[in-house]
Amino acid sequence: MAIEEDVIVVGGGVAGTVAALSAAETGASVRLITHKKSTLRHASGLIDVLGYTPDADGPLADPFEGLDSLPEEHPYRVVGEDAIREGLATFDDIVGDEYHGEHTDANALVPTHGGAVKPTARYPKAAAAGVASDDRDMLLVGFASMTDFEASLAADHLDAAGVPFEARGVTIEFPKRFRADAKVTRFAKALDTDEDVGGRGTREALAAAVEPHLDGAARVGFPSLLGDDHRHEVRADLEAYLGAEVFEVPMGPPSLPGLRLEDLLFDALDEAGVGISSGNKAVGYETDDGEVSAVIVDRKGREIPYHADAFVLATGGLVGKGIDSSREGVREPLFDCYIPHPDDRYDWFVEDAFGDHPFTSFGVVPDDRLRPTRADGHAEFENLFAAGGVVGGANVAAEKSASGVSLATGVVAGRAAGDSI
Amino acid sequence: MSDAQSPTDFDFEPVDDFEPVDVFDDSMDLRPGADNCYKCTACDTSCPVAEVDDEFPGPKFQGPEQWRLKRKEDVEIDDSILSCSNCMRCDNACPSSVPLSQMHNEARGEYVENQMDHRSREYIRNRILANYRTLAELGSKVPRITNAVMGNSLVQKLNEKLLGITAEREFPEFATQTFREWWRERGGAQVSSEEKRIAYFHGCYSNYNTPEVGKALVRVFEEFGYEIAVPRQRCSGTPMFANGMLDDAERAANVNVPEFKDLIDEGYDVIASCTSCSMSLKQEYPELFQISGIDEVSNHTYEALEYLRIYEDVQGALEGKSVDYPDLAYHAPCHARNQGLDRQAVELFREVDGFEIEDVGSSCSGISGTYGWKAEKYEKSMKIGEDMFDHMHHAKGSVGMTECPTCSMQMEHGSGYEIRHPLQLLEEAVA
Repeated sequence: MAIEEDVIVVGGGVAGTVAALSAAETGASVRLITHKKSTLRHASGLIDVLGYTPDADGPLADPFEGLDSLPEEHPYRVVGEDAIREGLATFDDIVGDEYHGEHTDANALVPTHGGAVKPTARYPKAAAAGVASDDRDMLLVGFASMTDFEASLAADHLDAAGVPFEARGVTIEFPKRFRADAKVTRFAKALDTDEDVGGRGTREALAAAVEPHLDGAARVGFPSLLGDDHRHEVRADLEAYLGAEVFEVPMGPPSLPGLRLEDLLFDALDEAGVGISSGNKAVGYETDDGEVSAVIVDRKGREIPYHADAFVLATGGLVGKGIDSSREGVREPLFDCYIPHPDDRYDWFVEDAFGDHPFTSFGVVPDDRLRPTRADGHAEFENLFAAGGVVGGANVAAEKSASGVSLATGVVAGRAAGDSI
Repeated sequence: MSDAQSPTDFDFEPVDDFEPVDVFDDSMDLRPGADNCYKCTACDTSCPVAEVDDEFPGPKFQGPEQWRLKRKEDVEIDDSILSCSNCMRCDNACPSSVPLSQMHNEARGEYVENQMDHRSREYIRNRILANYRTLAELGSKVPRITNAVMGNSLVQKLNEKLLGITAEREFPEFATQTFREWWRERGGAQVSSEEKRIAYFHGCYSNYNTPEVGKALVRVFEEFGYEIAVPRQRCSGTPMFANGMLDDAERAANVNVPEFKDLIDEGYDVIASCTSCSMSLKQEYPELFQISGIDEVSNHTYEALEYLRIYEDVQGALEGKSVDYPDLAYHAPCHARNQGLDRQAVELFREVDGFEIEDVGSSCSGISGTYGWKAEKYEKSMKIGEDMFDHMHHAKGSVGMTECPTCSMQMEHGSGYEIRHPLQLLEEAVA
């Protein structure tokens, strides 16, 4: 019984890391268990709190204004506005000046790779010069081999959205030739290390290729691949060559801003002295007198108990595999917590692809301390708390609320777990 | 609405739980694994080779996509499979548990078996590297002579010219006394116990090159009251998998499995000090071979520090300890990462006073066993390692630490640091 902590958090995404940090702040010893790389690599790296109401009103200028429109069972209604603010404050502490947006309650409008404008509460420094409320003209640059970003189409979409500036898009060849299906990480590496291209660095060569298309634009947007560890240096160099501000447009997976955020979160866990066990899956649990006493981790065939006094379930939603479904039903695979859903699986969705699908808000039902409850409303276990995508009641994709829900519930669940010791 | 019918309307055979089988049996069915892939590219973006090699199509192609292509007649395995370094980071990245490294091992084995000229210099060179243990056994009989010859720059040049083994690297020196010789000389186990028993899988490197690691393991485990057995053993197979020499690996496994299985029946757990050895016994053995007792061996295998953290209060034993030790730049090997061991040394030793230990980042060291020893891969190997070297130079102190023998060669080669094993530090602290 050597692996023993006060609090164990299962899940390594935004909710799990914030819950672990919040539990550690109470003075508890904390270990975070995570199986695979988190879904952050599929995420934009933006921190949304609330962009649209359930009736699709929006984009909301102020996310807090929209809270009253949310249904009773929404996690935001369960934890309250203060928890959302504390979640954001915790996030701001973790990321320091790597993110912008903390100066105001208002949503920023950040252009995405499809040319949509996303209402978001916090956005990476690298994306800052791209906000849509700025009226300076914008040039978007795409690369011929990178089909995920069609710059002229994105620019047309921005125009159609009525932004207060002129957006133009141009497609160029990246100065260094990679294989046709090279990943963003390869582009980023070339810029990060400023690899040589015909006697000059990749950064300078890239700037030189963009320069003829600049035509007076005050800011230039690239897909999010402008370096990794040296990202600020890469942007500064490009800005110096071009004489214009440079920003990144958030992309789909694999997402560098998401990966960078993961690094920031894990650095913070290290700082706080949180133990981390990654790479092995939590597959079960042990109980003692109505409480969870251990989570069982499968270490390549050997099941090892990880003991603690309180536990936080932060395994994610459908994509993160914290919620599983089959023809028979929808379940939470680790503790088998109750997840309300219609018996007939044809009632889980609606005909309209972008309609109001019931499945989007499937998840555990939390009590006021964020403990998952049984069908009769009682907590499943005295000392099990839940945070993030595994908590039901929110349609995070439509509302643009995923990160905010993770932060708010992460803080509340982590603190409750730490305080319960 | 493709599933509008209920399943009973179909002539529907549920797919049984998939059991990996011998890769030379044509009935190997990796379809469930291939079908689990939803093309998210998490594997491609965590591949250290793809990050520096523009010819390399990445793990997603090498695994599920190539497997599908192979369903067609007359499609050969792409020769880029030999550029995969077998770091297995893709396994660790995949959110859908696609058996990527297993697919790579299978494809590489098939390529080497059917498409490679067995008289070619490359095949012969790979065979020699993969069977390092055979060479080491010969060389360590006369360690001083071997060290002098292998360290001779003319010999190194010849190796490069004739065999394609890079002349850039220093050959690891053989110890003047192997671990097994030392073990025999001390009269074997000094502690006997009915309850606490481990069988040491020392692998090749701790035996022939760094017996001090094996000795440290023995002293630490005896300190915790364990009876230690050191059975007859062959290579764990890691360099053989990486070179597609699955027959060689299976031959070695046919020695290792029964030896260790017998000890497991007597209450022993299997402990390795090298993270690639523990990886191989835990994961690749049951994935690739069907040998009686292989699952028991897999399920009873641990890395040394992992085992102590699970079954002993090693944290408590180190609490408040102060050790006169240099500041350390710690690198977690890829294969440690894949077993969830990448943080254990730093977490454990940050409780100990007297020195600083710093993690030098999550990148791959680039050597990947025999990979970085190949003349045509040397530059790629060093390029992958750049990030790690960079972090090492920024870390406090000038001594490195890692569990993996070849990572330690790479660390030393790229930084000039002396490299130690966590067990040596643990020995210093508790034994």
